[in-house]
Amino acid sequence: MLEVLVDPFAEFGFMRRALVGCIAVSVGATPVGVFLMLRRMSLTGDAMAHAILPGAAVGFLVSGLSLGAMTIGGLIAGMAVALLAGFVTRATALREDASLAAFYLISLALGVLIVSTRGSNVDLMHVLFGTVLALDDNALILLCTIASVSLLTLAVFFRPLVLECADPQFLRSISGLSAITHFVFLTLVVLNLVAGFHALGTLMAVGIMILPAAAARFWTTGIGGLLIAAALIAVISSVAGLLLSYYFSLPSGPAIILVAGVFYTLSLLLGPVGSLAASSRRGPSLQT
Amino acid sequence: MTTSLSFHDLTLAYDRQPAVLGLKASVEEGSLTAIVGPNGAGKSTLLKGVTGTLAPQAGRVHFGTNTREDIAYLPQQTDIDRAFPLSVTDLVAMGLWREVGAFGGIRSKHRSRIGDAIAAVGLTGFESRAIGSLSGGQLQRALFARLMLQDAPLVLLDEPFTAIDARTMADLIEIVRFWHGEGRTVMAVLHDLDAVRAHFPETLLLARELVAHGPTREVLTAENQLRARQMCEACASTPHVCGRDIA
Repeated sequence: MLEVLVDPFAEFGFMRRALVGCIAVSVGATPVGVFLMLRRMSLTGDAMAHAILPGAAVGFLVSGLSLGAMTIGGLIAGMAVALLAGFVTRATALREDASLAAFYLISLALGVLIVSTRGSNVDLMHVLFGTVLALDDNALILLCTIASVSLLTLAVFFRPLVLECADPQFLRSISGLSAITHFVFLTLVVLNLVAGFHALGTLMAVGIMILPAAAARFWTTGIGGLLIAAALIAVISSVAGLLLSYYFSLPSGPAIILVAGVFYTLSLLLGPVGSLAASSRRGPSLQT
Repeated sequence: MTTSLSFHDLTLAYDRQPAVLGLKASVEEGSLTAIVGPNGAGKSTLLKGVTGTLAPQAGRVHFGTNTREDIAYLPQQTDIDRAFPLSVTDLVAMGLWREVGAFGGIRSKHRSRIGDAIAAVGLTGFESRAIGSLSGGQLQRALFARLMLQDAPLVLLDEPFTAIDARTMADLIEIVRFWHGEGRTVMAVLHDLDAVRAHFPETLLLARELVAHGPTREVLTAENQLRARQMCEACASTPHVCGRDIA
């Protein structure tokens, strides 16, 4: 049994690289995903993941499948859409969800158009679904750097971030950090989506961020436990997804996200906190 | 008497629609003032203007002997995300922000003060409970414990006694009176006029504009209350009357 789990990683360098890359993305992105979920911004994360595409596509147009160019392009596009959506919400009658949806649909269409103009279907699939089994040294360094920066920044901004989520009026009354915290958080979201984009593609990147966070919500009530549980679920999903992909010749990105989806479904059904099982144990609601 | 806070032609607005218009008033240091008025009168907005959450559209808030750093602010319970996984201890500990800052650690002396504040509001035994599992009254007690840790000379309370039981209200009023006795300036947005008459010597009656300000008995007259209601209704039906859509 142990060989089944270990052999693919022991034998093949590309599997080891994929494992390291996925663990980096899992550890870096899931805490950000937990805060996205707690701030009721899960769909915002999804929209921003799509928004990265045209920037990465312009990078691709300029330099082909270049790590640096696509990363910088993705970062610029992601931040631009996040800030533009915020501006449209403040300056017009449109709500933030609608403005984000508009921007991400435009971004997605633009990104696919740009890649298709210059590249092949293989390139398009690379951008949309990532290449976790083809991560090179530079890509691994980038993913590990983003994960480290992300964890360190979250540690430094943890207290203002918690207050920004739980009691924003109070934070504004005691500190001028509210706007900075929001901006730092958006930057972390974009950074981690760009990292996830290299491993899992634009369409799947947000999955490793949100699904483990949503699953963890059914297992623990404290913020610390939530962060640890989400990271653990993401790492286990990554390992299991890579193994499934290896043994059954499945695409790796979707396999990882589907395992995280299975975790989510089991947690939703059986978790001890707020799941369907927990609700049925508590008895029928008095509400009519 | 020394002025703790004064409003100079203060106009506060959301999207250029004024919620407080041309307010001129002074609050004495050590006073206990109720802010009352019909719904939409700008009461909570005024507190946001004082805390700096909302920048003035015109005019200014002048702090006498205090600064904006000297404020302890209780937001409305509806502003708090009770689903957030935060324990009572964590929530109360946020009251130490000015002492430990955004990035400082909570040390044993702080833990002891947090425990004392939780005990003072009658929540001993609830320290590790999630805020989402508390009743409205228990959450308000926890928020008062946070105010205690802030130890500020100027205390702003936004609807502190809304949706809580009579026992909790009596306990919290005692705390407010204690703060008043210590010489702190306390301003509270309230709807319960009986509680205002019973416990608040000063009242500021607001209907976007100032209706009256002074001793509660002189402010809460039937005539002033009718005027406040009419002013708010006039704003709702004929926005231009109260300067909506200001430049």
